[in-house]
Amino acid sequence: MAIELPKKQAVVVGVGWAGGIIASELTKAGIEVIGLERGGERTPDDFIMQKDELRYALDHELMQDLSRETQTIRNTTDMTALPMRQLGSYLLGTDVGGAGIHWNGQAPRFFPYDFQIQTMTLEQYGEGKVDEDITIQDWGITYEEIEPYYTKWEKMAGISGEQNEMTPEMSEEYPTPPMKESPAIRLFKEASSELGLHPHQRPSANLSENYTNPDGQTIYQCQYCSFCERFGCDYQAKSDPLITVIPTALKTGNFEIKTHANVREIGHEDGVATGVYYIDGTDDQEYFQPADIVIITTYVMNNTRLLLQSGIGQPYDPETEEGVVGKHYCYQIISGADGFFEDKKFNLYAGAGALGGGVEDYNADNFDHSDLDFIHGGVLGLHQTGNRPIDTNPVPEGTKSWGKEFKEASTHYFYRQLHIQSQGASLPYRYNYLDLDPTYTDENGDPLLRVTYNFTDQDRNLAKYQAERAMEIMEQMGADIVEEVNHATGDYDIVPYQTTHNTGGTIMGASSETSVVNNYSQVWDCENLFVAGASTFSHNGGNNPTPTVAALAYRAAEGILDYIDDPRQLVVDGN
Amino acid sequence: MSEEKKSEGLTRREFIRNGSFAVGGLVGGTLLGSFLINPSSSTQTASENGNGDHDHGSSDDYMRARMFFKRQEDFRVLSAAVERIFPEDEIGPGAVSLAVPYFIDRQLAGSWGFNAREYMDGPFEDGAETQGNQSALNRRDAFLKGVRLIQNQAKANFEGEAYYDLTDEQQDEILESFESGDVEMRGMSSSQFFELLRKATLRGVYSDPVYGGNLNMDGWRMKQYPGGLMNNMDIIEDEEFHDIEPVSLHDHHT
Repeated sequence: MAIELPKKQAVVVGVGWAGGIIASELTKAGIEVIGLERGGERTPDDFIMQKDELRYALDHELMQDLSRETQTIRNTTDMTALPMRQLGSYLLGTDVGGAGIHWNGQAPRFFPYDFQIQTMTLEQYGEGKVDEDITIQDWGITYEEIEPYYTKWEKMAGISGEQNEMTPEMSEEYPTPPMKESPAIRLFKEASSELGLHPHQRPSANLSENYTNPDGQTIYQCQYCSFCERFGCDYQAKSDPLITVIPTALKTGNFEIKTHANVREIGHEDGVATGVYYIDGTDDQEYFQPADIVIITTYVMNNTRLLLQSGIGQPYDPETEEGVVGKHYCYQIISGADGFFEDKKFNLYAGAGALGGGVEDYNADNFDHSDLDFIHGGVLGLHQTGNRPIDTNPVPEGTKSWGKEFKEASTHYFYRQLHIQSQGASLPYRYNYLDLDPTYTDENGDPLLRVTYNFTDQDRNLAKYQAERAMEIMEQMGADIVEEVNHATGDYDIVPYQTTHNTGGTIMGASSETSVVNNYSQVWDCENLFVAGASTFSHNGGNNPTPTVAALAYRAAEGILDYIDDPRQLVVDGN
Repeated sequence: MSEEKKSEGLTRREFIRNGSFAVGGLVGGTLLGSFLINPSSSTQTASENGNGDHDHGSSDDYMRARMFFKRQEDFRVLSAAVERIFPEDEIGPGAVSLAVPYFIDRQLAGSWGFNAREYMDGPFEDGAETQGNQSALNRRDAFLKGVRLIQNQAKANFEGEAYYDLTDEQQDEILESFESGDVEMRGMSSSQFFELLRKATLRGVYSDPVYGGNLNMDGWRMKQYPGGLMNNMDIIEDEEFHDIEPVSLHDHHT
């Protein structure tokens, strides 16, 4: 029997970027919020002098302990899903700050096309451009509507960057100037310009200078030490929830965080959420935390799993295409080019997670798709995140992966290889979805989330096109050997790392028929329940998702405050 | 103890014969020095002075003992195999002189060996390759099975010879048969085991020396990797390459 705790005005489940942003906005407005975090407590002191590739980058110190909970994976509905036993293709975060701690800090916006992809594709190319099983949908929000929240996020996080004619339009400049340009990035930009493209310095949450945000939190100047991705920052120079929104919320006196609190279920009666049930890892007891408003801000996977496990919303069925929870699970389509330079040697031990140059010429609908067999695209970027010696062993194709030949090539090319990557947009496919696994369970005996996912021809065509564009730039850069890199030539494989940009499952839309939440991240079927995060993306864009997660979280916070004043469905159901 | 039975897998004589230490060259003094304080040589020193007194050695000597592998034979097979994966050559030291066998032994003794943070609940099914590793074996069992299978393959194919007594080419031939998955192995495929062994070797060559491999940061020096520098602000825009003496966690934490 769960032990019932005193009621709170709002409970936030999962204290990362989305949970932290919403908690900061609610607590500043005087709302009492409790944050339940399944992981442990953490402070910036935990990140000082932790420059250890083995522990963090390879053995995933900051990531979810899969012995306790994982997902099962299959490519198609006729396969038996099997557990993801080891981390690979994506890395799930945990502990206070969540995946907001180990992110690289790449902070671009999505394009207007992303939010109205169905309407704009139809307008531009007419009926039949997209296969009917590629179930693109507008998000129920426009770029103009989300734009102020992007600006708010950028000011809070102090984003360093610059705009050009191909980047999404902004109402205000980035709060800090772009990061420094390394020779590798300079070479990429020069070559791109020569090809008639429009390179820019990528927007970065590793800051180019010290910055104090409107909440009074200071983020420091990046030292280009290169320990960003998969690490916490030594310098508090990478915007993360621990140095921004969480202390802002705590400072109000209205925010309390409970760690080791693993939420299993959302309580609800007659379409009203009553609170959440969680297991406290410190005493293994089950507790019930009642609240007027329940806000789910775990990662994509558990946002969906919690709704399914709690019986909220109709689960999606790919055969009938009825139901909404679990629908539109998307990822990102990673391809690009490697270039090997005999006569150049770059200082690639130095870098920063978001230090890079990019071109947006082949993203969204920034280029004509009339004669192409796919829609959308992705950013092409050259990033200098810092080479790490265990995992970075660049050798030309055909080189043996061990022995003398390998040793010679991998030591020779360690500083002589550059990579251009496309983050290809991932569009929803009827048979890519999330539900509960019938066989495998977590440490509490609850079913694991089952991921059914494969690449489609749309994805493969996009990846190939992008890889070709990346190879053109690499050739122009003067590489002696240019090779295609493409993760989407065959079936989706959970082993090689690709990206931690998973999206969907509790998507946003204009009606309860087609989506789980409205554009305030409010659940159509349960109006005092809000689900925020990348699980609300109807598809994944061709850019890093964090700023869009953050912008939608700011909008959700505004909606929640409005709802507290006047409880109602905040958006008229488009049914 | 005869010279042929050193615990490192390569005997000192073979090591000098195969390696570039004897000729000096680019590896030179530091590596030779590190070799002289590692176990083959300290065993030699001990046998020369007739006792096991180690008080003349550095504290590193005490790390040169096995925490996981019980049988010396298994450890010798492991040592010989990792040396083929990352051999001594004119570029620099190989896996053995970087202490990779001890690194792997210590890793297997800890949480990595038990797959402590991985999902190990059944039912176990082979699945498709795209579903990743589905083996019920933990790494401790995989390594014991794997190195013994390497030894069996050596004996079966080369007239009863031990793996570590084979020529380089013969040793490579056996590793290649694992790499291609041609050897029957229960619990995981031999190609999966080979990949585990290959990755473990690279982890030992290039991880921070705190874990027992990458002795004296000489793995890093071969890549001119400077370790985790605190600040690269001054060089990030430079065209010229900077070769920087590496720093380790030891430098950061003490």
